[in-house]
Amino acid sequence: MLHTVNKSSFERNSLQSCLNTIDDTSVILLIEDGVISAAKNANSPMLADIAAQGRVYALQGDVDARGISSKVADNIKLVDYAGFVDLVVEHGTAVSWV
Amino acid sequence: MATKKFMYLNRKASYGTAYAIESLEVVLIAAAFEQDVSLAFIDDGVYQIVEGQNTDGIGMKNFSKTYHALGDYDINKLYVSAESLEERGLTADDLMPLVYEDEDDDWEEKPSVKIVSNAELSKIMSDQDVCLSF
Repeated sequence: MLHTVNKSSFERNSLQSCLNTIDDTSVILLIEDGVISAAKNANSPMLADIAAQGRVYALQGDVDARGISSKVADNIKLVDYAGFVDLVVEHGTAVSWV
Repeated sequence: MATKKFMYLNRKASYGTAYAIESLEVVLIAAAFEQDVSLAFIDDGVYQIVEGQNTDGIGMKNFSKTYHALGDYDINKLYVSAESLEERGLTADDLMPLVYEDEDDDWEEKPSVKIVSNAELSKIMSDQDVCLSF
């Protein structure tokens, strides 16, 4: 499965709810204000664990718009819109944590 | 017209919602009425003035440059919560170098951004006539 999160974890618990229910094979894509959680000091230990397994992505355009490209945690992978589509195709069912 | 002290509290990052740009527009309107305007950036609002925003990839207008114009409207009191910055792994160096020209000091260029603790911000807020939250 593909989980998208579009809210900042400082403001809503969308990311936490996603983390609470995600299985071992699903991936997370951070989009819109969700990319704030991709910043090194702003992400949770649990997200970091999943990122270490290569299962966390962030949308490049949203990262750049917020001026935090240099702060993204090393093992979070950046994708463009085409990459977003690839993730949807590859992982099937998508869940939007809004 | 009597001048009032207006503070605009900015608590959301730009682009994900319209709060940031709406606040900026209202701030400029208040300035046009020659009010005493100050801005506070707290919580995710601190992302509004992070340096190096590039919106090419999301097809939205990059309005971060507008913050540089605030000084020309005599808006030169921009308070940033130190705690909010720290929580997000940000420092003063990550923020845009916003300045104004001080007419009382031979138009010397001075920084508009001041990083304050939440306790200091609380005092500044209590000194206002109007606080508007975005």
